Amino acid sequence: MIRFVVRRLAGLVLVLFAVSLAVFALFNVIPGGDPALRLAGRHPTQQNIAQIRHDWGFDRPLPVQYLDMMDHLVIRRDIISYQDQTPVMPTIETGVPRTLSLAVGAAILWLVFGVTIGVLSGLNAGRWLDRVLTVVALTGISIPIFWLGMVLLYLFTYRYRDVGVFSWIPIGGYASWSDPIEWAKHLIVPWCVLAVVSIGFYARVVRASLLDARGADHVRTARAMGLSRSRVLFRHALRTSLIPVVTLFGLDFGATVGGTVILIEKVFGIGGVGQYAQESVAHLDLPPLMAITLYGAAIVVVANAAVDIAYAWLDPRIRVA
Amino acid sequence: MAGAELTGQATIAGPWRLALRRLRRNRVALAAGASFAVLVAICTVGAPIWVALVAHHGPEYENLSGSISDGGRVVPVVADDGTPIGPGWRGAYLLGADANGRDLLVRVLYGGRTSLVIGLGSAALCLTLALSLALLAGYRRGITDTVIARGLDLIWSFPVYLLAVAIATVLAVNGVHLGPIEIPSDSTLIPIVVIAVVYVPYAARPLRGEVLALREREFVEAAIAHGAGAWRTMTRELLPNVLNTALVLLALIVANNILTEAALSYLGVGVALTTPSWGNIIEAGASSIVTAPMLTIAPGVMIVVAAVSLNVLGDGLRDALDPHGVVRVDR
Repeated sequence: MIRFVVRRLAGLVLVLFAVSLAVFALFNVIPGGDPALRLAGRHPTQQNIAQIRHDWGFDRPLPVQYLDMMDHLVIRRDIISYQDQTPVMPTIETGVPRTLSLAVGAAILWLVFGVTIGVLSGLNAGRWLDRVLTVVALTGISIPIFWLGMVLLYLFTYRYRDVGVFSWIPIGGYASWSDPIEWAKHLIVPWCVLAVVSIGFYARVVRASLLDARGADHVRTARAMGLSRSRVLFRHALRTSLIPVVTLFGLDFGATVGGTVILIEKVFGIGGVGQYAQESVAHLDLPPLMAITLYGAAIVVVANAAVDIAYAWLDPRIRVA
Repeated sequence: MAGAELTGQATIAGPWRLALRRLRRNRVALAAGASFAVLVAICTVGAPIWVALVAHHGPEYENLSGSISDGGRVVPVVADDGTPIGPGWRGAYLLGADANGRDLLVRVLYGGRTSLVIGLGSAALCLTLALSLALLAGYRRGITDTVIARGLDLIWSFPVYLLAVAIATVLAVNGVHLGPIEIPSDSTLIPIVVIAVVYVPYAARPLRGEVLALREREFVEAAIAHGAGAWRTMTRELLPNVLNTALVLLALIVANNILTEAALSYLGVGVALTTPSWGNIIEAGASSIVTAPMLTIAPGVMIVVAAVSLNVLGDGLRDALDPHGVVRVDR
């Protein structure tokens, strides 16, 4: 086990290094043209450009530029946005709790509903409930989530505002943890919207793997031994069929925290890291985007390593591979 | 078909024909395929016909000060307070107008062309790249495979939307200048390439797995023993055996890419604002959703219809083409 963990962590370091090289290449090498002009954003001033040339040293060899960029991004963490001279890292740090609140809540929703719908679908495979749920799941993955958010926001907070059930839904924004009720009120609609796509997806995965598991030898043995249907389902079939969900979740949670939140945070004005990324995109302001891309990818990579290690702990066969 | 069976002639149905038969029995999947075909038809062929016969103005025609007769009354296309006319039963402005007095329905139809071109074009590019990489990795194995697999892992480690947004933003600043390749920053090629690249790992990983498994099979060994070269082995032996998976992936990736185009355009790094696309129309209407909700709803509904029909079709294709499925008796 220890050997596996060491090997996996060594792999993690390598991948992180590769990710940082890719970010460097993406922002500083591939595009061509004057890199200082690109970093300066939509309305560059001469002073900004001179400052960028000084800060980033684009006339030096690429390896030096790379080390310098990582020094600014990771060690000294002092990169600034040239739009308004604000430091990037503190802005990201204030956004993290908001983005995490959004992502964790949505993740709980999509796990609970995704697995429930998947199990119902799998148990009734081929019957009408399965067909209805399949169409619902496929519709879920076919809706642009930002559009769903906009339409729901319009319906709840404007069109049907007078209907008592919806009157408590705020128009957007974020309330701090310190008032949990306000916090949840502000996040409930974003949570649901963010969860919709993944619910559909997880339901499909759970359904397929439950169908596989129902035909597996150990499940047949359990039934032959006379265990009750529900015990066979929950203790034996469901347990093995949830394994792919663990893998998927490791991938998806990182991807959601690092990616999909950009859209939802823009719609609901949550003001987390995603919205910071979106505002930088709107101003073509590259330094914040650079930092968010690097840290976003790092989160995904670390989450994947964590899932692999958890997996190896649960299932000894994986340690050998 | 029935005739062939009655005369006792031995007709051997190939795997593609068997798959087609299974697909034909799946009414839901057929309906989904038909609805996507109708959508493509109304956006490509229907749009100019609608403009010529009914609406009498194109997607860029602005009408800020004009008025139309609506049920006997004369109504301004854009009211003095900037609120555009809403939907109603009339030829022009059937779904209403946008803030510049442009016909929403005409824009949604023409915008559909852009969105469909991007969805289909980037899916084709994505699958071509993914198939090439998968065939190369699976055929050569060894170090080539390792390099390709690690490269795919690297792209995979970036959250999709974040990577797409980052690449699109970097390219949006001053376009692409790579040697002889010059792409201006407002070209539709940029979203096509960006979306294609970020989804390559999603298509290439399962394909690579299949090619690696096929590479071990006797018929591939036999072909090589017969003197088949690398190109022939890849295109004649390996490629046909992964085409079924590729076809399923194609439907799903087109749906996915239409959604991604909308998301990128909503964030301002997709299609240039001068070209209508479903994502662009939503983004432009977002600020006036309270006064003119149709500007947001109409293009969004088109996206949902396109994506649902492709996803259902893909699901049906997977059932029909499923190579690992238990052999079914075809009646």
